[in-house]
Amino acid sequence: MSLERPSAVAGTEGADQAAPDSVVAAHALDRRTRAAARTHLLRAGGLLALLAALLFCAVLSIAVGAKDIPLPVVWNAVWNPDGGYDTSVVWELRMPRTVLGVFVGAALGLAGALMQGLTRNPIAEPGILGVNSGAAAAVVVAIFVFGLTSPTAYVWFGFVGAAVAAVLVYALGSRGRTGATPVRLALAGTAVAAVLQGLVYGITVIDEFVFDQIRFWQVGSLVGRDLELFLRIWPFLAVGIVLALALGPALNTIALGEDLAAALGAHINRTRTLVALAIVLLCGGATAAAGPIWFVGLIVPHVARSMVGPDQRWMLPYSALLAAILLTGADIVGRVLPATGELEVGIITALVGAPVFIMLVRRRRMAQL
Amino acid sequence: MTLTPARARGADGTADTAGAARRARPAPVLRLAGGRVSVLVRPRTAAVYTGLLAATAAVFAVSLAVGDYSIALDRVLWALVGYGERLDLFFVRDVRLPRALAAVLVGAALGIAGAVFQSLSRNPLGSPDIIGFTGGASAGAVATILVLGGTTLQVSLGAIVGGVATAGLVYLLALKRGVQGYRLVLVGIGINAMLLAVRDYLMTRAELTEAMTAQVWMIGSINGTAWGQALTIAASCAVLMPVVLLLGRRLRLMEMGDSTAQALGVPVGRTQVMALLAASALTGAAIAVAGPIAFIALAAPQLVRRLARTSGTALMGAALMGALLLAAADLVAQRALAPTQLPVGVVTAVIGGGYLVWVLYREWRTGNA
Repeated sequence: MSLERPSAVAGTEGADQAAPDSVVAAHALDRRTRAAARTHLLRAGGLLALLAALLFCAVLSIAVGAKDIPLPVVWNAVWNPDGGYDTSVVWELRMPRTVLGVFVGAALGLAGALMQGLTRNPIAEPGILGVNSGAAAAVVVAIFVFGLTSPTAYVWFGFVGAAVAAVLVYALGSRGRTGATPVRLALAGTAVAAVLQGLVYGITVIDEFVFDQIRFWQVGSLVGRDLELFLRIWPFLAVGIVLALALGPALNTIALGEDLAAALGAHINRTRTLVALAIVLLCGGATAAAGPIWFVGLIVPHVARSMVGPDQRWMLPYSALLAAILLTGADIVGRVLPATGELEVGIITALVGAPVFIMLVRRRRMAQL
Repeated sequence: MTLTPARARGADGTADTAGAARRARPAPVLRLAGGRVSVLVRPRTAAVYTGLLAATAAVFAVSLAVGDYSIALDRVLWALVGYGERLDLFFVRDVRLPRALAAVLVGAALGIAGAVFQSLSRNPLGSPDIIGFTGGASAGAVATILVLGGTTLQVSLGAIVGGVATAGLVYLLALKRGVQGYRLVLVGIGINAMLLAVRDYLMTRAELTEAMTAQVWMIGSINGTAWGQALTIAASCAVLMPVVLLLGRRLRLMEMGDSTAQALGVPVGRTQVMALLAASALTGAAIAVAGPIAFIALAAPQLVRRLARTSGTALMGAALMGALLLAAADLVAQRALAPTQLPVGVVTAVIGGGYLVWVLYREWRTGNA
């Protein structure tokens, strides 16, 4: 009887050979439960720490900027707006971009994590659903046809363009007997994005005015976005974030592989459609608001995965918080670092984030999908 | 299922099993020299390759004949061998022939390089971007244009230096007890993001006209290609393509997984490095002549696989498909908005993307998905 005992259990429980199997099993189960509880506690603690870090970044983002305003004055301006110059700097410039940075960052991180979970492809990013190119094409057309000149003016074009492109990609990739397989989705996305990119290239080559606008929009920046823009776009982002966080368990099941997931009774196509919907809301909203910042959605999920492993229930909130920290942090650095003017947040995220990411890739064995 | 190429790994397997069942009929084998040399002849593959070749030849001939000064086909043929009016000779031999040759060869180089990268990375989204080659070349060329104000030759040189340096850097950073495919891809993404940021930064800080020049280069164009450039790409193809084709058999074995290939006697590490070098050099030559033309490297291997229904990488087919795609695209770029000539990159994106959309749509209609 003791011969049949699994060796791992036999090794640890070697002392009491006489103990009945049920007792040994109960011991092992108990130990595993305790280990799991410890892991959960650790991860929850990490989540709290990240939340604190994000809060710190947000406060810093309101307190620091090109104009040197002393901290007490900032504090006063936040709580008792008196209509003075400092108040308007805090409320009209720093507040909107801080809030926007947190929301856009979280949205991009979640969208990237969802996309990689959905396609099980490590280089999948939300742009694969055609979101970035859809938004870019719509914005280019808006500038070309209507002569619009500010991000607030073309936010709806960006959002609608992103949504239409994503729906098109999903429809093209998900029909047929097999449904939205990762490879088909990726190919459909590449195809639609290429056509739209061709449109953008064509118009920008013909019309210099459009090119002059789009080259600034396509960097991805939080500068010049007012509260008006945020008020227009936040409901989409909020719904997307809630939906994404709720999809964790379903994505975990899909990660087992389609056949196994289907055998376990998962609604694969429903989950995929909901994930795609969340990505459209998150990424369309973020891109419409800040322009295409593609690096964050691609990289942050890998970092989150290296911290908590492939469990989507933890991976998703970690991705959201890490991305929000990265974006607000990068925005602050872009404001403080250059002697004159500012660096766009899209440039900073790449220049600061990429070396850190490469270091992580080299140091650890990255959790594979 | 074990014999299905590893490309299908991490993807949905059902489509491939259905395809395998359809392909189960044994293919005729051509035996030469008393059976010591044998070639598997698949009628469909042979037919597709012949068709591609014929179509490329037709497009090539038409592109020599049409233009603002159009020449009848029989006069084109006479002009090629040196007879005819002086104007015919000038247009056919000095203006159109180098450009048409460059289009075909650059297309072939990009197609075959794309097939190698997709095979090595076992990812249908794999392309020279993965090892940072395209990103490095773009950043190098844009920096040469915007910072140094370089000539055409210097821009090509800048692109090559940028591309090679970046690819080397990515490889070195991914090197740690051997190069692991997953790590290579992730490091490539990181470096690529940094280069993109540098490029966008330069674009936003430059004068509008200079930025426009850089943009046209980045889209990819073979307008006004001279004999010198056509010979550059011809020489590169003559040397490098046979190398890649000879590696083809080993690459196919490696798609079954590195350890399986090793067990079958394939020197995996050496093959990896050689294929990577040859494909990078081909891409570099193509970029130096035409700029980073989008989509050919990505789409050509996928399209030919679907047309010929091969299970693994079809190197020769990818080259033929790339040649046809680029030659046709360049013809359209010349004539679509004549006398305005578009950069060919605009058209490759639209044609290639549109065609891929059509293929996916047809698969969905016929239930082959």
